[in-house]
Amino acid sequence: MGIQTWTFIIVGITFALYIGIAIWSRASSTKEFYVAGGGVSPLANGLATAADWMSAASFLGMAGIIAFAGYDGSVYLMGWTGGYVLLALLLAPYLRKFGKFTVPDFIGDRYYSNVARTVAVIAALFVSFTYVAGQMRGVGVVFSRFLDVPINTGVYIGMTIVLLYAFLGGMKGITYTQVAQYCVLIFAFMVPAIFISIMATGNPIPQLGFGSAGEDGIYLLDKLDGLMTDLGFTAYTDGSKSMTDVFFITAALMLGTAGLPHVIIRFFTVPKVRDARKSAGYALLFIAILYTTAPAVAVFARTNLMETVEDKPYQELPDWFSNWENTGLIAWSDKNGDGKVQYLPGSAVADKKPVFGEDKGQFGERLVTNPSTTPNELYVDRDIMVLANPEIAGLPNWVIALVAAGGLAAALSTAAGLLLVISTSISHDLIKKQLAPNISDKRELWIARGSSLIAVCVAGYFGINPPGFVASVVALAFGLAASSFFPAIVMGIFSKRMNKEGAIAGMVAGLGITIYYIARFKLGWIGTPENSGPDNWWFGISPEGFGTIGMIINFIVSIAISQFTPAPPEEVQEIVENIRIPSGAGDAVEH
Amino acid sequence: MNAEERKKYWKENLRYVAILLSIWFVVSYGFGILLVDVLNEIRVGGFKLGFWFAQQGSIYVFVILIFVYVRLMNKLDKKYNVHE
Repeated sequence: MGIQTWTFIIVGITFALYIGIAIWSRASSTKEFYVAGGGVSPLANGLATAADWMSAASFLGMAGIIAFAGYDGSVYLMGWTGGYVLLALLLAPYLRKFGKFTVPDFIGDRYYSNVARTVAVIAALFVSFTYVAGQMRGVGVVFSRFLDVPINTGVYIGMTIVLLYAFLGGMKGITYTQVAQYCVLIFAFMVPAIFISIMATGNPIPQLGFGSAGEDGIYLLDKLDGLMTDLGFTAYTDGSKSMTDVFFITAALMLGTAGLPHVIIRFFTVPKVRDARKSAGYALLFIAILYTTAPAVAVFARTNLMETVEDKPYQELPDWFSNWENTGLIAWSDKNGDGKVQYLPGSAVADKKPVFGEDKGQFGERLVTNPSTTPNELYVDRDIMVLANPEIAGLPNWVIALVAAGGLAAALSTAAGLLLVISTSISHDLIKKQLAPNISDKRELWIARGSSLIAVCVAGYFGINPPGFVASVVALAFGLAASSFFPAIVMGIFSKRMNKEGAIAGMVAGLGITIYYIARFKLGWIGTPENSGPDNWWFGISPEGFGTIGMIINFIVSIAISQFTPAPPEEVQEIVENIRIPSGAGDAVEH
Repeated sequence: MNAEERKKYWKENLRYVAILLSIWFVVSYGFGILLVDVLNEIRVGGFKLGFWFAQQGSIYVFVILIFVYVRLMNKLDKKYNVHE
């Protein structure tokens, strides 16, 4: 059977499964809709959190990013896992004990202020919308690549599926579909990785394989370092970012992870405080399976690519090269006219992506109309690494179809988690808590469903018309979460003295400076291109890492202001005392 | 549970958190970033040790740290009779 047929079969089966779960797990109260009734087992919550966490970018993009960044890619590996230690030790158990539905719930109650609640709602909406736009786009891209439909049609199909289980089941439906989606995505990621590891080194465990030697007896990493330095690249294991920047980016991603609302609310769904701790452990374990395999895949893929193409005549390259050239993800322009591929440092094209003309070159290649002046002749899109790996390794068609289903599972599960945060922010934090506190549970449930409908439409709109800043989503979402939520929640738990004046001032200062820095150095909204380059960065910190500084400023401002303003009222100090003690969490949810 | 006991429980919890977060910091920011060049002089199989910590070792340690914390806290909760 062809790839197309296999893809239809496997994607069809997984979609039927998700829809089946959605119908089975309809929500009948707001508690079920917002926190799955608070009855999810720690294991199931760990699986769901892992699926929620790993987006299309983790599944399709990360191995590729690492393959091209080498050691520098470590910022994502450590940054997107280390945050779970902070979650388990500093946030999850206490927020579970607090026992409400949302992050703004905690901020609003702990800081006894609707201003604080509103700041939190705005931050939650902003973070979630920037993040979800990329997911919807990801769904569309996977559909278009594997099922040969236009990207927009793919976005519509994705919207329909997500809406179905988010609308019917809320958190309950999302949780159990995410459990299924984790199984699909991890299977789809591991099968090709294991095959490729065996082919490259004979070791079936990728994590060990990339530290082993190939058939020639040379360690794979040494070989790759050698291949790269010979051609003038930095050695794979060395990296080229400054140590300061690596440090700050890693920190911003970790702190951001611990402050992302769609991750935090997952810990409201388990029955007890100790379940919250345990499920953070399970979540990280399940995430770690993919995150420790990705760097191995990266090394196999990069070595494979360099050995296959470098200095080889274009006409003798394997079929996959021209297949991916046809999709525009690979481009070659024969700058020195020798008919061979020269893969060297520097960008092969003048802009971010290659622009193809109508004509074919003398070797049958697609002509690129925007070649750069560097001697590098090869453009390779980073996403290709995971997508093309099974093909490059010559794996059977069903494995390639499986990767498509895995990519869709990753994108859909993350999108659903984010949509829930958005709809809860509207129906619970804004309407129930501020505008119409007297509505019945049943009314609120329908408002929640209505908001999820609106949220899906807005996300779909962004997926079809991606705003220009989508590329900066990572910097933005993580930087904002790190500089606003993380300090506010941590101080809310660990300092009884922290009051509303301090927390609000801190959040505004942290958010403000981080938005300013990203607008200034990443988006180019402020300043001129001449003075926005890396030389002008403060302390040599890139916009991706600036969330760490935003967080430090938030802490300093909060503590300073709280010293000069009155201590929080007695009952708030009691809340803090209370959330520090695990017993009695079961009752807390009900009020 | 009286105020005295609450304080003691909270203090022990903070001590665990401080110890575990120090290890968290050392394996990632220490071994994986600040000391990466020194550790890269040491080799384990095909891996340079600093590189291994940055792309593998730190993640394994993170997982272990959470489960150690789960165990320590379950014991502590029992000791102070605040478990559920």
